[in-house]
Amino acid sequence: MTPSPRSLVLPDPASGALPATGALQWRGAPDPTRRRLLLAGAGAAASGPFVTVLAQTNELPEIPALAEYLAGRRPQFARLLMDVPRVADNGNSVPIKLAVLGATAPGAVKSIHLFSERNPVPQMAVFRFAPDSRRFDIESRVRMAGTQRLVALATLADDTLLVKVAEVLVAIAACLDGT
Amino acid sequence: MADARIQVPPQVRRGESFEVKVSIRHAMETGYRVDDVGKPIPRNVIRELVCKYNGAEALRVDMSSGFAANPFLQFYLVARDSGELVFEWVDDTGTRGSERAAVNVAG
Repeated sequence: MTPSPRSLVLPDPASGALPATGALQWRGAPDPTRRRLLLAGAGAAASGPFVTVLAQTNELPEIPALAEYLAGRRPQFARLLMDVPRVADNGNSVPIKLAVLGATAPGAVKSIHLFSERNPVPQMAVFRFAPDSRRFDIESRVRMAGTQRLVALATLADDTLLVKVAEVLVAIAACLDGT
Repeated sequence: MADARIQVPPQVRRGESFEVKVSIRHAMETGYRVDDVGKPIPRNVIRELVCKYNGAEALRVDMSSGFAANPFLQFYLVARDSGELVFEWVDDTGTRGSERAAVNVAG
């Protein structure tokens, strides 16, 4: 599976390290000249060679249900793919794809939680996988009460937490009651 | 019309992951809407969906009003033996639904 450019993960802000995932490595040796030019273009914000400009952020929105589940644990911004449209015409049905990249061992992922910043029910979904699952890849359609960020959180077998945040601009919200 | 439509490949190879699609007919009422005379429509969403493959739990989804009406789900299972997939769900009114599909494993 080749992730789209939009779904490339950002380096970890603390260490600048990228996840060790074969699916995310660039193929072939980078051209040093081009790399320098890219870095210069990225400016002072560039902390590594893989910085791309994304609508997605490395910051977790404040969602009580999310904070409760995390219980102080720090998730890694890595290896979790969340494919949602940048702009959703109708919040009543927004297609979403969630996948944990590079997880192929049976039972490598226990669950994926999906949280919403603005929905009246902040914990939208929990997908719990069987111990013999080998492909952790979910597609569905969700409701969104207005423009907001979605947070996907994968819990791996060793309780490592992977997180992905994506903002969706919703033209028509699912709830028209002001929530 | 059945309560749900399940789609699995006609034949899957043993040991490989195969794609499962399910679409359940359910309004997934959020509880925030009102009817024609302004009376609130009570919330009624599917709370839990379980997929069993030959009796063993293969996927469990805690659902909420955050799912679109007529919830759709696509995921992957590892083919073990021929048999059946059973989807079972329960909504806020306690109504239970289920639907099954045959899995044909080759090799």
